[in-house]
Amino acid sequence: MIRVELPPALRALAGVAREVRLELAAPVTARAILDTLEARYPVLRGTIRDFATERRRPLVRFYACRRDLSHEPLDTPLPDAVARGEEPFLVIGAISGG
Amino acid sequence: MSGVRVLVGTRKGAFILTADGKRDRWTVNGPFFAGWEIYHLKGSPADPDRIYASQSSGWFGQQVQRSSDGGKSWEPVGKEFRYAGTPGTHQWYDGTPHPWEFKRVWHFEPSLDDPDHVYAGVEDAAIFETRDGGASWKELAGLRDHRTGSQWTPGAGGMCLHTIVIDPTNPDRLYVAISAAGAFRSDDRGQTWKTITRGLNSRYIPDPTAEVGHCVHRIALNGKRPGVLFMQKHWDVMRSDDAGDHWHEISGNLPTDFGFAIDVHAHEPDTVYVVPITSDQEHFPPEGKLRVYRSRKGGDEWEPLTKGLPQKDCYVNVLRDAMAVDTLDSCGVYFGTTGGQVYASADAGDSWAPIVRDLPAVLSVEVQTLP
Repeated sequence: MIRVELPPALRALAGVAREVRLELAAPVTARAILDTLEARYPVLRGTIRDFATERRRPLVRFYACRRDLSHEPLDTPLPDAVARGEEPFLVIGAISGG
Repeated sequence: MSGVRVLVGTRKGAFILTADGKRDRWTVNGPFFAGWEIYHLKGSPADPDRIYASQSSGWFGQQVQRSSDGGKSWEPVGKEFRYAGTPGTHQWYDGTPHPWEFKRVWHFEPSLDDPDHVYAGVEDAAIFETRDGGASWKELAGLRDHRTGSQWTPGAGGMCLHTIVIDPTNPDRLYVAISAAGAFRSDDRGQTWKTITRGLNSRYIPDPTAEVGHCVHRIALNGKRPGVLFMQKHWDVMRSDDAGDHWHEISGNLPTDFGFAIDVHAHEPDTVYVVPITSDQEHFPPEGKLRVYRSRKGGDEWEPLTKGLPQKDCYVNVLRDAMAVDTLDSCGVYFGTTGGQVYASADAGDSWAPIVRDLPAVLSVEVQTLP
């Protein structure tokens, strides 16, 4: 079971708790997580990545296992600890005031 | 007894303020969509319980929320605003070409007769419409494809289409305003557009009387005389008596003719309201006095309305979509400030009182008059 942690604005939008659990087949990638997340919660489409280009929105970051994975290709397998559900995949709203 | 519902968009959520026809005791509901920017909410003239809200965030993009019960509950609807064809470029602040990129919805204008038919004005400037209650949005690309489109430039708030006005006697006729391109009119429900900028004079562009480049802040009209338009431009308050074909200045004795908001009394087509703001650098009222100015003669002669408004140490702004009128008798006038106050007058501006004082910065105010 993959654990995904969403920022508060997206939790409120999707009506979910801090952590969402997703069932995913290997290999576990950021793209697979986002595809599954958006399929389950369509309101999240466009909030984390662009509808058309699928590029991560500029003020969204992806962290896991104390690493910044924001600039990794979306199809790169995520760390084993994320794939095993030991560590969450963090979707973060960048610190930019507001 | 009739009543009013005031829809307030703020930097950190939406609020709905309600009162009966006396408009002296208010109920405040909200925040809805807490933490998100709500640029605008507006109800359908055909079904006042149908309300659309633009919910956006610099982090997470655009959402569109729809209510079918007067704002008690909301559901997210379609939020994909894709420009038709290859968007091309407009001019950036420095005059270089810049690609068109969708940022957010600034304004919803529900059609006069169908709650599912709504126009949306967006940044970067374009007009979209939905005919299925917001499930899907389609660009009316005739506007952006106007031969001047590549010359349009952003204003300080971005290149936003912030004003959409439907002629209440002729739904084929639409007006839009874009900062800083100017004003446009369509006579075929948004398929084709012409500039309506003759008579505008803007010293901040190379040719002050050019066809485009004018930073129009807001246009308003009264349905009893729909061919008469009033405009608050970056500088100058303007009037047209021929549906925008020609404009002339009516700033008259205003203390400054800079400002954002403008509106017209619901029953008196010559009674116009503005909120003068010191300058394009000093976005607060002159002398720290918050004054609405009213003309009862269609412009040129203005009187300050101060009763109930702060007359010292007031340094808030009133943004372009943050003033509205109800249709009760006497006409109610409402405006919101960047300091979070929403003021109401139940006597056409003679006196004012705050409905609320401490909201987040107010971006928009609309009012619905309920049966």
